[in-house]
Amino acid sequence: MTPYPPLRLHVPEPPGRPGRETDFSYLKLSPAGAVRRPPVDVRPSGTEDIVDQLVRVLDDDGRAVGPWDPKADPQLLLAGLRAMLKTRFLDARMLVAQRQKKLSFYMQCLGEEAIGVGQALSLRPDDMCFPTYRQQGILVARGYSLVDMMCQLFSNERDPVKGRQLPVMYTSRRHGFFSISGNLATQYIQAVGWAMASAIRGDTRIASAWIGDGSTAEADFHSALTFAAVYRAPVILNIVNNQWAISSFQGIAGGEAASFAARGVGNGIVSLRVDGNDFLAVLSVSGWAAERARRGLGPTLVEWTTYRAGAHSTSDDPSKYRPADDWGRFPLGDPVARLKKHLVAIGAWSDGEHEAAMKAIEAEVVAAQKEAESHGTLASGLVHDASTMFDDVYRDIPAHLLRQRRELEDLS
Amino acid sequence: MTSMTMIQAIRSAMDVKLGMDGDVVVFGEDVGYFGGVFRCTDGLQAKYGASRVFDTPIAEGGLVGVAIGMGANGLRPVVEIQFADYFYPAYDQIVSEAARLRYRSAGDFTAPLTIRMPCGGGIYGGQTHSQSPEALFTHVCGLRTVMPSNPYDAKGLLVASIECDDPVIFLEPKRLYNGPFDGHHDRPVVPWAGHPLAEVPEGHYSVPLESAAVRRPGNALTVLAYGTMVWVSEAAARETGIDAEIIDLRSLWPLDLETIVRSVTKTGRCVIVHEATRTSGFGAELAALVQEHCFYHLEAPIERVAGWDTPYPHAQEWAYFPGPARVGAAFRRVTEA
Repeated sequence: MTPYPPLRLHVPEPPGRPGRETDFSYLKLSPAGAVRRPPVDVRPSGTEDIVDQLVRVLDDDGRAVGPWDPKADPQLLLAGLRAMLKTRFLDARMLVAQRQKKLSFYMQCLGEEAIGVGQALSLRPDDMCFPTYRQQGILVARGYSLVDMMCQLFSNERDPVKGRQLPVMYTSRRHGFFSISGNLATQYIQAVGWAMASAIRGDTRIASAWIGDGSTAEADFHSALTFAAVYRAPVILNIVNNQWAISSFQGIAGGEAASFAARGVGNGIVSLRVDGNDFLAVLSVSGWAAERARRGLGPTLVEWTTYRAGAHSTSDDPSKYRPADDWGRFPLGDPVARLKKHLVAIGAWSDGEHEAAMKAIEAEVVAAQKEAESHGTLASGLVHDASTMFDDVYRDIPAHLLRQRRELEDLS
Repeated sequence: MTSMTMIQAIRSAMDVKLGMDGDVVVFGEDVGYFGGVFRCTDGLQAKYGASRVFDTPIAEGGLVGVAIGMGANGLRPVVEIQFADYFYPAYDQIVSEAARLRYRSAGDFTAPLTIRMPCGGGIYGGQTHSQSPEALFTHVCGLRTVMPSNPYDAKGLLVASIECDDPVIFLEPKRLYNGPFDGHHDRPVVPWAGHPLAEVPEGHYSVPLESAAVRRPGNALTVLAYGTMVWVSEAAARETGIDAEIIDLRSLWPLDLETIVRSVTKTGRCVIVHEATRTSGFGAELAALVQEHCFYHLEAPIERVAGWDTPYPHAQEWAYFPGPARVGAAFRRVTEA
């Protein structure tokens, strides 16, 4: 007889399900201003004690407090607010357009706008971002044309990627936005390679890598941390922990036993856990991490705590697996409302100006959509010619693809 | 001209490109200070510095992933996978990323990179140091797959691969590193020294991709082979006295279909030889192409000689390896049909 009871498999369960309110105490929040700000040349072991804390700047009254206050120019904050609003209007319009079958699929970033926008505004325009499909805020903040974005979404005759990719899989080298694959985690290690190349070439540009909490389970994530640490790559390793990977809560990716930020420290990387819905914290920590990279001090890993307010995609129904009112109860709130409150509190913004800005931005998005639709939508069928599918497989079209293209053309 | 082994020729290709082009970098497991387990990068770190020739962690997916990022940032990485048998963790990066980056971004981003990997058996490497995975690459659109059979081609093709803007899988038959091995494992080793194809220019030259070479002209049948099997087929032709025309494909995909069609149209008979397993091997594609383009010239069924459909065994290596006896028997069947 064995003295041990039978073994049982532990399968993590989320702290809330449909019909059972989420207990958000698992988030381990720190008060605003409570987490110390290490010097930029801190050694990885020097952040070990704060990877389970949460860097926050904005308090409940919208005031900026503590050592991470970026003391940012209000004009920069207003630019951030406008970019977040524009991103939110874009998302809202495109969700409707998807229902109208003008695009096949869409992914919004509702509730997470501060992270992409804030980091974009902390980087130089030619630093390269390797985003996931939920960082459209980077493109918006960097001034990429809304019309070009929508042409990609509509897969129309002006789609910059010629209809080859699902909507949202943008690319713009000119805007420092690496082509989104649609595969998960693959871009994380590529960002490290891009950053290594910058160091090899003696360049001053840095890279910004993006991944979600769920995809940190992929081998590419772990390789990326190893390579980034080994070669002290000038890269910011962002993990957007929005609590949900489609229907799997972050515990299924290993968030129950340790914070995602703790994985960085274990790999010898300076790491922080940050309130991702606090625009000032995003600016401050992104700037700090960029400074470290630019000074050759190596990578910084940042876990951004946020909440995926909407569905994973237009093909998903989150009411099947989590409480419907979850976002309203999420303790870190809405990043747009929090930044607005701060700007009003410091006298840089007013409700009236906010209303006017919303109207102006909405009009801009509507006008862009009108123009994009004039070049076609998936529903209208005005798409790139089918024979272009043989382009860009190789630099030059090889003989076998020329034969296949002829075969296709002979059918019409 | 200098007499070089295939290892020296491959090293010379990287040496020439590192010297000519500051964007070329070389890395992989053990390739830096030590110079690679097969010595292909020996001395390159000392010559070009550790930021251009360096060791990586043991993470094939990681090293191919960083190579793609580097390629997107203007470098031309040449990476070594220590054995072709180890590339599988990198398959996602190769197939979903390197091969499709140009396509999915409509040319906005590209990642020119060359992935070198020693392949094939004959060194008692067992099932994890002997595989020939070329068909797993030829099936992937956007990749180029290359396999040289001799030092001259190895250098010229590697230079062409590094200069190519498409991602290239460069397979090096490790049994050919030190001599033109013809499958007679029980005979004394024949070195490259003195072989005409071991006469290699020290400077820059390239062998064009998508071009096959007729290694042995003949009229009785056409042999489609690459890598080690070129030499095995030559031994089979010699030993059977059958006047085989041996085509060394060199570039597996995209390939030089014209040379194949011209030869089979002339001989009317075709034997395809590869060391990789038979089922869904690259020979199946070759047989289909010959059937599509030469059917009315064929006078006998196309034969395939390949590794058995088993993992590569260790102690039974020579019963597995498609040697000259098996190839010769296929020659006879095809010519007697």
